[in-house]
Amino acid sequence: MARRAQPIAALSAAVVLALTLGTLAAVFARASGLPELGPADLAALRFTILQATLSAILSAALAVPVARALARRRFPGRGILITLLGAPFILPVIVAVLGLLAVFGRAGLFNRGLEFLGLPPVTIYGLQGVVLAHVFFNLPLATRLILQGWLSIPAERFRLAASLSMGPSEIARFLERPMLRSVLPGTVTAIFLICLTSFAVALTLGGGPRATTIELAIYQAFRFDFDLGRAAALASVQFVLCLLAVLLAGRAARETGFGAGLDRQVERWDAGSVWLKVQDAAALILVSIFLLLPLGALLEAGLPRLATLPAPVWESALRSLAVAVSSAVLILVLALPLALAAAGRRQAGLWEISAMLPLTASSLVTGTGLFILLRPFFAPGDVALPVTVLVNAAMALPFAYRSLLPPARDAETDFGRLAESLGMTGLARLRLVTLPRLRRPLGFALGLTAALSMGDLGVIALFAGEETATLPLQLYRLMGAYRMADAAGAAVLLLGLSLALFWVFDRGGRVNARA
Amino acid sequence: MLALENISVTWDDFTLTADLAVEAGETVAVIGPSGAGKSTLLAAIAGFLPLVSGRITWEGRDLSPLSPGDRPISILFQDQNLFPHLTIAENIGLGLNPALRLTAGDRARVEQALERTGLAGLGHRRPGQLSGGQQSRAALARVLLRARPLFLLDEPFSALGPALKAEMLDLVAEIAAETGATVLMVSHDPGDARRIAARTILVEGGRAHPPEPTGRLLDHPPESLRAYLGN
Repeated sequence: MARRAQPIAALSAAVVLALTLGTLAAVFARASGLPELGPADLAALRFTILQATLSAILSAALAVPVARALARRRFPGRGILITLLGAPFILPVIVAVLGLLAVFGRAGLFNRGLEFLGLPPVTIYGLQGVVLAHVFFNLPLATRLILQGWLSIPAERFRLAASLSMGPSEIARFLERPMLRSVLPGTVTAIFLICLTSFAVALTLGGGPRATTIELAIYQAFRFDFDLGRAAALASVQFVLCLLAVLLAGRAARETGFGAGLDRQVERWDAGSVWLKVQDAAALILVSIFLLLPLGALLEAGLPRLATLPAPVWESALRSLAVAVSSAVLILVLALPLALAAAGRRQAGLWEISAMLPLTASSLVTGTGLFILLRPFFAPGDVALPVTVLVNAAMALPFAYRSLLPPARDAETDFGRLAESLGMTGLARLRLVTLPRLRRPLGFALGLTAALSMGDLGVIALFAGEETATLPLQLYRLMGAYRMADAAGAAVLLLGLSLALFWVFDRGGRVNARA
Repeated sequence: MLALENISVTWDDFTLTADLAVEAGETVAVIGPSGAGKSTLLAAIAGFLPLVSGRITWEGRDLSPLSPGDRPISILFQDQNLFPHLTIAENIGLGLNPALRLTAGDRARVEQALERTGLAGLGHRRPGQLSGGQQSRAALARVLLRARPLFLLDEPFSALGPALKAEMLDLVAEIAAETGATVLMVSHDPGDARRIAARTILVEGGRAHPPEPTGRLLDHPPESLRAYLGN
């Protein structure tokens, strides 16, 4: 399978290369000369690295106890909680920022609480706000990635550990820490990368000379100055920065080497003590409050307006659904061949870089590059939706690839020789071995892609005319027109549709999953 | 006849050489100390490890250009012989068609194989729901249906108890007799070799020696084998 996936993987890689480096080249070709970077640009570089480092480390560190609690506890509502943990990451950024402002903003719950205690208010704007929002978005992603690592430890290993009378600390030492050592570096670097190219958070909660990211600086150069030269220079800095981080991430991905089990239900004999139960309960409750409170505040404002939303909002919602499902279909074609090709080799460098490359490209730079490339041939409004589908799928590729690679490797290690010896090849092997073994992570990857695409406000803003607005763009326009009540209603609709899409796909991968 | 003509294979920094032949229809045991290269020998024959030199032929035909699935070979590994996400019947059906496109006749043959191996009525279960012995039987049922002339066993029964293992070895012998297969069976138990193999290949010191009569080899073992057998 792995060998046969290579030509298709090469095609996927070519598409990704064209979308990332190709569009970057288009921007450079259009820009005339490279101006020097000023002190403001260097400050932006420093701030970008600082906030991304803090965000990544905090997200991963906080995710470990939460993932551990989810891995070793069975309780009513666990499935719902895991699905909800996917929510902030797939939450449209503007919607989430609205929710965070309701809790941590000047008149939010948090500052009212401080006031009640006689403490001075804190501001959400600046470094702390950017990091807060990034942790809000990425803590759940980190939890899901680490939880997958936990679930990749076969039940047999825990059984063996229990039979050797290993307690929690021995299990941590022999099973959990080796797993974390293999999962955490990849998780931290992935979040670091996401935060490097994060744009909307910096736009809404950062800004000013002390809290401007490179991405925001690129946007300002495009939007306010139409200074393509400076934007191109900043884009190249961003690219090099992200490329370095991607190489770091490539080195960080390690194999767990736990081998295969027989897919027995994981039971834990080591987690019975009261102290551990309290610890796990506290982790789950605190993270639930942190994640749910902003959403609750948003729902309170938006739900009553849902029924009276204007017709263009509903039309844009249908358009967004079509875009999201198309992106999910496309990600299957892009991510699966790359993951299978990489899984078949010890040195997966080339495929790894292709799959991670979209992280080095900002959707803003890609969008502008496509804008420059396509403008001679098409009216931007006519290709707005196809371009959005393509770019959204490309941007989701690193996450889809990351969740597919480890199980693809496991499937290859455990069953590659067996399938080979039975002469299972091509589509038959895909249908009978690869897809069933990868069902769970595939459902997750497709759900992630659909939801991200549903909520994306990047490329579409550059291309869309009046008739091709997606729901996030429509929401953005409502906010721009200060129709805040309608905006809150549209935000609730967007949130509901994004979650529903994710749930349908992710559930599809898990229901009756035997693998 | 299976002929290994001056072959040499490399696995990491370990090299195994062999120059030997096994008669068609014969059952041969492969014994030797752990890490001597017994599994490497089978992996080379099955096509999982490329030959550094020499060639392997079956009935005069060079196997080198054939992929593992195209070789006239069925192989059972130490573990992971069944797909956990497929039913027992599906796992066995893979022996008839690796894409699982089974005709009504094929399905009937799967049922017969289930019955033949004492698994009647268990076809709809998944491997995780069966005992170790039943899992071994299912894997053997698939070998029966694949009916390839060469049958390689890389200690697939080492986790079973003595009675169960003896039962499996008898089943192997029956299947070999029914399909006329030539059997190469890795084992670390000299009792296994005596039970079903008239001749035995000794693997030690990076070399697989030509097969010798099992009784003579085990009764008068060379120095290296004596250390391993411990008597």
